[in-house]
Amino acid sequence: MTEQTTHPELLTPSGKKETRLFAILCATATWSSAFVLIVLLSAVVFKAWGWFDWDFLTSYDSRRPQKAGIFAGLIGTAWMIFFTILFSVPIGVGAAIYLEEYAKDNWLSRLIRINLANLAGVPSIVYGILGVTVFVRAFGVFGDDGHLDSFVGWSISELNFLGVKISLPLGEVVLSGAMTMTLLILPVIIIAAQEALRGVPPSVRHASLALGASKWQTIRNQVLPAAIPGIMTGVILSISRAIGETAPLICLGIAAYVPFAPGGIDSPEALMKQPEGVLQAPFDYFTVIPIQIYNWALDHRSAYKGHAAAGICVLLLSLLVLNGLAILIRNRANRHIRW
Amino acid sequence: MFLERPRTAEAFKERLIEISLFLCAFASVLTTIAIIFVLFSEAVFGLSGAAFFQEVSVVDFFTGTRWSPVLKPQEFGVLPLIVGTLWVTGVAAVVGLPIGVLTAVYLSEYAKPQVRNVVKPFLELLAGIPTIVYGFFGLAIVTPYVIDPIFQGLFGFKVGTFNALAGGIVVGIMIIPMVSSLTEDALRAVPRSLREAGYALGSTKFDVVVKIVLPAAFSGVVSAFLLAISRAVGETMAVAIACGSKPNLTANPLEQIQTMTAYIVQATGGEAAAGTVQYQSVYAVGLTLFLMTLVLNIISQWVMRRYREVYQ
Repeated sequence: MTEQTTHPELLTPSGKKETRLFAILCATATWSSAFVLIVLLSAVVFKAWGWFDWDFLTSYDSRRPQKAGIFAGLIGTAWMIFFTILFSVPIGVGAAIYLEEYAKDNWLSRLIRINLANLAGVPSIVYGILGVTVFVRAFGVFGDDGHLDSFVGWSISELNFLGVKISLPLGEVVLSGAMTMTLLILPVIIIAAQEALRGVPPSVRHASLALGASKWQTIRNQVLPAAIPGIMTGVILSISRAIGETAPLICLGIAAYVPFAPGGIDSPEALMKQPEGVLQAPFDYFTVIPIQIYNWALDHRSAYKGHAAAGICVLLLSLLVLNGLAILIRNRANRHIRW
Repeated sequence: MFLERPRTAEAFKERLIEISLFLCAFASVLTTIAIIFVLFSEAVFGLSGAAFFQEVSVVDFFTGTRWSPVLKPQEFGVLPLIVGTLWVTGVAAVVGLPIGVLTAVYLSEYAKPQVRNVVKPFLELLAGIPTIVYGFFGLAIVTPYVIDPIFQGLFGFKVGTFNALAGGIVVGIMIIPMVSSLTEDALRAVPRSLREAGYALGSTKFDVVVKIVLPAAFSGVVSAFLLAISRAVGETMAVAIACGSKPNLTANPLEQIQTMTAYIVQATGGEAAAGTVQYQSVYAVGLTLFLMTLVLNIISQWVMRRYREVYQ
């Protein structure tokens, strides 16, 4: 900016003073955010001091503060995020490809676009209400006293599929949480993927089409590979949002105290001994890191405040790793691709 | 002739792919329909038994001053929850909007690129911190170490462990990155020539920023404000932890309150039995919340379109 090169003799003294004061005010406001961030982080670390150790990471929650840990939340978050990625990435990228590459400018595609902008602004707790009604309770269709029972006189409360017990309705299981999170982050993923696709220059498409490739071949072999770094960054950022998201999961009724790992897989040895637990895990009850933090933060015993802070450290560290990954991918991609 | 696509298996596959991609995109529309259907199902239609608004009249719901879903006599006047939400939103707006705009002005008009490169990551970090962390910060730090010494220590007011002020302050901090990044975009869209014209007329930098750049970016700034306020209205975990869980129609922000979002968390987490009025009240409150944020978002988009100055 070269705006500083004004003619000083034209400035009245009062105008000069205003200018100085305003500049100082703006700078103070800006640095106050940085200050608050530093205070926040150091306060959390200070409160967590002495509670954040290996035992904290590897123990289940407990009624005794000395023994309580976040293991169930770690495993539960990992399972839920795994399925969230599995559902949200194909649908989100597919939707973005449709909107960027196929959609004509008609009322339907305009509706989808306007709808996306509004969906991104819906409070997360509303997705929780959606999830508890559709996924956890399935509108009350199944189970004793469900609509099926009262209308047809025929109730069903459990399916057994290849030895996997699936309760109906699903209840507060990993899959319900993952599906709710998918709906929540889908608008963010779609918008990020759209931007990544838009960044691929049209000449790439034209060249591919001119060589006789079909539309889908062009997208799959040329456009998508070029857009992947951008898409990955968007996916990682929305996944970090899903990891910290608490409100919709509390809405689903997910408990804070879960003294087991989904599918009984609490160690590599357990996985080797009973690999079929992997199939059972998505239909098992679970808890996540932020719900354990919420529960500890509101516990009236002061020792649990330390647990809440230590849990926050775990949460922030995992977000830091993910975001570092996103930056790494972005930088590598910028270095390799030159249009 | 040659350019016509042959009807082969290949063409059929292409068509199939396009249709499945369309279905992916249409899933977002289905999500909206599902949200509206679910909220209306228990609040207005009543899938299981009578609907909420059949048990409680709409007038009583919006004008009642007592929210007591569990304790008899049950009353469902949503005003205490709305006032709780307004307290948090108001305090957040007072804290977050000015700081956000000043930050944006600093970053776009004053800061050197080196300073920007230092400050921007701080703001991005602030934006990336989960809301539950802000809630803990409000409860464990802001209330005992900031609000309590000032209001109880200096003025002698009684400060609750949970209070509306702490929640409002942390939500205000939370919306700073959003306000500043949206406002900064709007300020940067103002062409250089406008600023230079101001300087050519002998204006000071203060005059240029306040009387030329900010008014020129007016629509962007207002739309950023509305989006941030909508975010504050829908914010859940920070207020559920810092503000407490007692519906309270109060003019005192140092008391415990409950916002609409915090009520939903409390009622669904506390296993209200399905089919009861208490359970259905979640949907009525959720519908109110959904409509409030939707209206704010739509106005924000409208302001952006309606008042945008188009520069060549």
